[in-house]
Amino acid sequence: MLVHSRPARWAVWAAFAAVFLPVFALPFLVIVAASFATGWSGALPSGATLAHYRDAARGDALDALVTSLLTALAASASALAVGTWSALAVQALRTRARRLGRAVDTLFMLPVAVPSVVVGLSLLVAFSRPPLLLNGTPTIVVLAHAVLVTAFAHQSVTAALSRLDPVYEQAAASLGASPAHVLRRVKLPLLLPSLSAAAGLCFALSMGELSATMMLYPPDWLPLPVTVFAATDRGSLFSGAALAVVLMGATLIVLTAVSRIRTRASYR
Amino acid sequence: MAERGGSEPRTRPFPFPGGQAPRTPRGPRARGAVPAWALALPPLAVLGLVFLYPLALVLRQSVSPDGGGFSLSAYGDVLAQAAFRDALVNTVLIAVGATLGAVVLGFALALVIAFVPFPGGKALSRFVDVFLSFPSFLITLALLFVYGTAGMANGLWTGATGAAHGPFDFLHTPWGVLLAEVTYFTPFVMRPLLAAFSQVETAQLEAAASLGATAPRIVRRVILPEALPSLAAGGSLVLVMCLNEFGIVLFTGAKGVTTLPTLVYGKAILDGDYTGACVVAVVNIALSVALYGLYRSITSLNGVRRARA
Repeated sequence: MLVHSRPARWAVWAAFAAVFLPVFALPFLVIVAASFATGWSGALPSGATLAHYRDAARGDALDALVTSLLTALAASASALAVGTWSALAVQALRTRARRLGRAVDTLFMLPVAVPSVVVGLSLLVAFSRPPLLLNGTPTIVVLAHAVLVTAFAHQSVTAALSRLDPVYEQAAASLGASPAHVLRRVKLPLLLPSLSAAAGLCFALSMGELSATMMLYPPDWLPLPVTVFAATDRGSLFSGAALAVVLMGATLIVLTAVSRIRTRASYR
Repeated sequence: MAERGGSEPRTRPFPFPGGQAPRTPRGPRARGAVPAWALALPPLAVLGLVFLYPLALVLRQSVSPDGGGFSLSAYGDVLAQAAFRDALVNTVLIAVGATLGAVVLGFALALVIAFVPFPGGKALSRFVDVFLSFPSFLITLALLFVYGTAGMANGLWTGATGAAHGPFDFLHTPWGVLLAEVTYFTPFVMRPLLAAFSQVETAQLEAAASLGATAPRIVRRVILPEALPSLAAGGSLVLVMCLNEFGIVLFTGAKGVTTLPTLVYGKAILDGDYTGACVVAVVNIALSVALYGLYRSITSLNGVRRARA
């Protein structure tokens, strides 16, 4: 407790609310409110309607939602596989060659530092010609998302591995379990809560990815963020808001489901 | 699942029968294990194919425009353009401004959540986590409804004064981008700070207070030194993310505000000038990766300090 007098405490809380609510809570309330409206020329939106959601539930908007979900699923699954493998490899390297381990770790974290737009551009430059002609296919979008989110999977699995008590694997190894067996029966089950958290993070980031997608998307594979941009760009802000709510809702549902799996996994 | 896992070891023969001493695995590399560097090869190969090789091609295209020979002429062309210089200045100024804003605001808000606790503070820090998983362009979209030409703020103003249009018209200027970036990136500063604040001993604060230190003095002399490493790490990460931010600037839709990422997009997709885009991309990568190196060295220093403490 830093502030002891009661009036001063209330003053601090009032100042906090005066900053926090308008700056952080208002944006989401505003988008949700706008998605049910047709106009906004006063303090509150006007012309209550569900039409934007009816439009969002069919045709192109529904396709975009399915596209986003499939892209995020494929990207986060491959990111989780590669990120877990690389985190395990870096941990193994670190115990023998510290510097090498750190260098490999930096290499896997590099996609965080490189602008997403540039990741998109580089895939466009690399895979627009044979032998690997991916430009214009959904694969290149999935690939870009996977590149961007693998670093986050790698980072969270690395953090989880460093918190893992080595006693369990040492005990298993001393009882004669092979390294593969230790990995499958001891390490991965212990990592399960962190793995599902990493999967949720990757999924959410991929659902909202716009920068690299704008560089790469083929006309038949439009993820939700691109359709939100297209709607606002042609001036239909209110249907854009409804699509944004669908995007946030889908992300939240998946995150909640993943965190339920996580609590169950940590009870085992 | 649990029963199966529990019973399996018992059905196996005891691994070292007849009093034979078990061969203790020396170090982490046990019998039958592949060497660590071989374990690292498959993910490195994937990373090389889908990330490093494409980046190398971007670099190659920027220095050999026609696919043959080495030439810096593309750099000369791009660097001479006023649009590029404007974008560079915009990018750096907006990123530095947004980072300063996010650091100050994030420090103040995290301070209240951690040290002047109130009911619902836990839920609030969970809200901050959710905030982090949403895409940045939602903030610009929301600001369009709050400060846009037909938004909440201008609506209130015209309703109250009867004027034809409201006074708020900054969304399509760099200030609009700055406001959106401060909003979006403040939680990225708050999260490491909240973690660092939870390590601060309350007894230290009580001792300082009982010796007569005022709250601002405690913040300056006790809390700030403790939080400085996290603040530096969070701030430099946000600086890199601001330099690379694309969605917020794109959604602002301002012709006047170009940053390096939007310039890359404009050159490649709108103009079809891939060589120019690659040049801008190389400049952007150099800037961001240099700063990211700084961030990595700060966080590894923090790790060393924590290990020593």
